Amino acid sequence: MVGVEDLVHFRYYVSSKTINKLIQVHDRIFCCIAGSLADAQAVTKAAKFQISFHSIQMESPPLVKAAASVLKELCYNNKEELQAGFITAGWDRKKGPQVYTVALGGMLLSQPFTIGGSGSTYIYGYADAKYKPDMSKEECLQFATNALALAMGRDNVSGGVAHLVVITEEGVEHIVIPGDKLPKFHDE
Amino acid sequence: MISLGQLVFQVEYAMKAVENSSTAIGIRCKDGVVFGVEKLILSKLYEQGSNKRIFNVDRHVGMAVAGLLADARSLSEVAREEASNFRSNYGHNIPLKYLSERVAMYVHAYTLYSAVRPFGCSFILGSYDQDDGPQLYMVDPSGISFGYWGCAIGKAKQAAKTEIEKLQMKDMTCRELVKEVAKIIYIVHDEVKDKAFELELSWVGEVTNGKHELVPKDIRVEAEKYAKVCTTTTSLLHGISVTWVQNNSTFKVFFPHFMVTN
Repeated sequence: MVGVEDLVHFRYYVSSKTINKLIQVHDRIFCCIAGSLADAQAVTKAAKFQISFHSIQMESPPLVKAAASVLKELCYNNKEELQAGFITAGWDRKKGPQVYTVALGGMLLSQPFTIGGSGSTYIYGYADAKYKPDMSKEECLQFATNALALAMGRDNVSGGVAHLVVITEEGVEHIVIPGDKLPKFHDE
Repeated sequence: MISLGQLVFQVEYAMKAVENSSTAIGIRCKDGVVFGVEKLILSKLYEQGSNKRIFNVDRHVGMAVAGLLADARSLSEVAREEASNFRSNYGHNIPLKYLSERVAMYVHAYTLYSAVRPFGCSFILGSYDQDDGPQLYMVDPSGISFGYWGCAIGKAKQAAKTEIEKLQMKDMTCRELVKEVAKIIYIVHDEVKDKAFELELSWVGEVTNGKHELVPKDIRVEAEKYAKVCTTTTSLLHGISVTWVQNNSTFKVFFPHFMVTN
């Protein structure tokens, strides 16, 4: 059964540095990183190892909740030293598509959709207004692209290229939208 | 220089300790798992319900033991810690297959060194999960674990296994199975060698919403009643069939002059 509410992750990176902010921690689980990128990369590296080991011990793909919990444990137990937040999202056989936020101090929250990063403050209104449950893949992509475009338009430290990843039971699809191809809104 | 043969003997002696203890059975059905333990009462002075042989390892996992009770208690703590750490790290209930493998690995470690002795107990682990369904695993002192539909440990395990094999457990529900489990324990209980015993019954399944609990008193009483009737009937039928065979040559069939009453 392919989830109708597919997961879409949007990430953008500063154009002068090709930093990838979408990290694959397992076959069907991705992680968006925010905050200090050095901290985030270190944490995801450790988490990727732990999740991979766990999956081999279990002899089955990991649950998205398990992956998010691993990240949460790392963030919470090292909260003095770290400054990184994550959005973990993916697909698993038990619950299908899921989204989890791991906040700065190590809070783990499951949500139908979520936004994060410096540019997210500008699009809370848009996201809350435009989100509806059980969207199709195309509607989801449109929602994410618009949200990204709006945030990149207003935030001075966001911009460049938009990366999107669609995760389903069948596989993972990467979509890259360069800055000039993003939708334009009234003030541009 | 440690003789490897001696270590292996230790494991076999440990298994003998299990075989001297009273029987415990676990059966997996369509929608859950039921445990039954024949707890021998060695003295009238014991408080009823003390020295339980069925433990809760996590909300959704139960453990029935046979063998040295002290060893079993220590292992139940090990299992509880494993389940707790798993939940702490990964945020969800520990899958039973993984738990039984982890505890089996722990038990096995104690068979490797001469400084320690193997655990003198076997145990049956059972759980129910909405997605994975009911699961049943057994771990023995050598440290291996197997998944089962039904298994028995303790002194009457062969007799119990024969009885379990007669059941169509895959089509039964927990409520039906509770009565059968009680019946099997009553059947395998040796009236001559061991006098009084207390029947411990517990279950985990859809009927308990995935929580491992002792079977409620009213259901247990009903199950024991059914078990007592069945065992009385069986022993009577044995008596009748023996008489019939003996008198077959005279072409007479003897009908019983007694009635079975509740």
